[in-house]
Amino acid sequence: MIRNMQGPTRREVLHAIGMMAGTAVLYQAMEALGHAKETQFAGPPNLSGARPGARVVVLGAGLAGMLAAYELAKAGYQVQILEYNNRPGGRNWSLYGGDTYTELGGATQKVGFADGNYLNPGPWRIPYHHRALLHYCKAFGVALEPFIQMNQQALVQSSKAFGGKPMRYRELHADWDGNVAELLSKAIDNRGLDSVMTRDDADRLRLALRDWGALDQNFKYTKNYRSSRRRGFERAQGGGVLGEPIPSDVYPFKDILDSGIWRIVSQHMSIDHQHAMFQPVGGMGMIGRGFAKQVEGKIKYNQKVTAISQQGGKVTVTHTDTGTGVTGTTEADYCVCTIPLGVLSQIDVDCSPGLDAAIRAVPYSNSVKVGLEFKRRFWEEEEAIYGGISFTDREISMISYPSGKLHSDGPAVILGAYTFGPASYKFAGMTPEERIQRALEQGSVFHPGRYKEEFIGGATVAWSRVPFTLGCCAMWNEETRKEHYQTLCAVDNRLVLAGEHASYVGCWMEGAILSSLDAVTRLHKRALEA
Amino acid sequence: MRFVLFAAALLAAPALAQKPAKAPPPPHPGAEVYQNVCQACHMANALGGVGAGKIPALAKNGALEAAGYPIMVVTGGKGAMPWFRGSLTDTQIADVINYVRSNFGNKYKDKVTPAMIAEQGLPAPRGGNREG
Repeated sequence: MIRNMQGPTRREVLHAIGMMAGTAVLYQAMEALGHAKETQFAGPPNLSGARPGARVVVLGAGLAGMLAAYELAKAGYQVQILEYNNRPGGRNWSLYGGDTYTELGGATQKVGFADGNYLNPGPWRIPYHHRALLHYCKAFGVALEPFIQMNQQALVQSSKAFGGKPMRYRELHADWDGNVAELLSKAIDNRGLDSVMTRDDADRLRLALRDWGALDQNFKYTKNYRSSRRRGFERAQGGGVLGEPIPSDVYPFKDILDSGIWRIVSQHMSIDHQHAMFQPVGGMGMIGRGFAKQVEGKIKYNQKVTAISQQGGKVTVTHTDTGTGVTGTTEADYCVCTIPLGVLSQIDVDCSPGLDAAIRAVPYSNSVKVGLEFKRRFWEEEEAIYGGISFTDREISMISYPSGKLHSDGPAVILGAYTFGPASYKFAGMTPEERIQRALEQGSVFHPGRYKEEFIGGATVAWSRVPFTLGCCAMWNEETRKEHYQTLCAVDNRLVLAGEHASYVGCWMEGAILSSLDAVTRLHKRALEA
Repeated sequence: MRFVLFAAALLAAPALAQKPAKAPPPPHPGAEVYQNVCQACHMANALGGVGAGKIPALAKNGALEAAGYPIMVVTGGKGAMPWFRGSLTDTQIADVINYVRSNFGNKYKDKVTPAMIAEQGLPAPRGGNREG
């Protein structure tokens, strides 16, 4: 999530160094923010003993809704799920060849990808510590494979460095570490750290920096065998007569600073982007399909919910079939509602004023993704880039190479844009065709002579125009967390909300899962006490 | 090719001099903001859209009559719509409100000023992650 790639401030540089050196103070700050901890999962809830005949209506067949239905059915409830879309999964979704997608405003795309190729419009990677999601993937038979997040052979492009030419991540990273190590070692020579450490420790640190930064015997980061073992050789090692490698030149530190490489390096140090990461074999949508098999026959599709009543000692949900236009009601003793808040705030919900206010208090972020299909994997065949991400300060922010079916022939899909912030609104405001063209244009900086030439076709999803969410993810802030979060999560008479919006793992599938488990556990307790 | 184009321009010049074409009106300063931000949801034609929920049409929208309402919504957000205070300047917010209130079938004459945004607008929340 590279916000932008302007030159770093001194504070930012220190921050990046701090992260690399594992500074205790920074770690404590991160821990206080909840960023350094794994998510909470102690195992499935194992609910049991529902009152005979007790019914639950679940609104939404995304991961939170389907898991709620699965766990409650296991506990003995009669469960009915109502879903707006004609498919399970919600934001867990892949677009495959042959799929049709119509966004708000009416623009319709018919996806033309080759068999097996896909775009994941929403979630696309799973951190190793999202234990709840991983647990259910295994339990529900969803096959996973590695997702390659970091690839040193991929490229980094900045309009502010190297004349806009894309550079190898590997070279920039090596030169960053080497230069920082050399500078710190100079500071030690100049007694710059005397006030913070003993002379003995400073000497030990100096030696450590030589190893860490690949410095030479004089504590300089220069063109030699050591630095080239990291950044790559001018002429690679080989066999026979010309087998001797030729070291490569290192780049001036000014250019390395300008490149913004430290932002990307530190991003990969965040616990959300550390290896190992996973993806389902065959597209993220396989998780939704896997969950749906566990609640087979319980999902009613194409249902638009218009009202939720809690009158008369029961829950009554009014919903309209979007295919037939027929409006009906579903009654139950309890309701688990996973409808995104931006949509829910427009539905007539019979609940406490506090919950009503909470539902209305949380806006949604935006993001745009573009998938581009190419005739062949030229990035693998010609550049040895196998998966991973190339970063840019252009609006597309990155392109990501497929982690699946590595080293195979035939067409493949690159994630050609993953926009954040202002660029998301700009991209979402375009027609799908314009988004695809813009992504092709901007991404061609990485692979000139190939990108446009080998392009077949694309698909794109702008989350602000997604009919079933009206946005990407819930955007909490300190004030709304304090004022509304607990109310949003609390059981309100016979109704409980669940989804990523009712979690502190916002925008991740793990948040939806953990929220759902917590919600059904509390709802079940309430039902037994009633 | 360059020479040909140059010649064509010379030939065209007298015609322009004889019959001056009416210069196109400068684009409204709010139009660019609308295109880069608002139409992501409200659409290029300002008609919004309907799915599981609705994105309201801004075209021919009676709720825009009192300027205080769009000032509140754009600065503070509403429902799924996030706040834009802080990510747009007060001038940009005033411009885009004026643009919408005088286009798409809206014909409200009074103008919103950056000073009004500063005075009536809601502050951006603290600790908010604008990008989710």
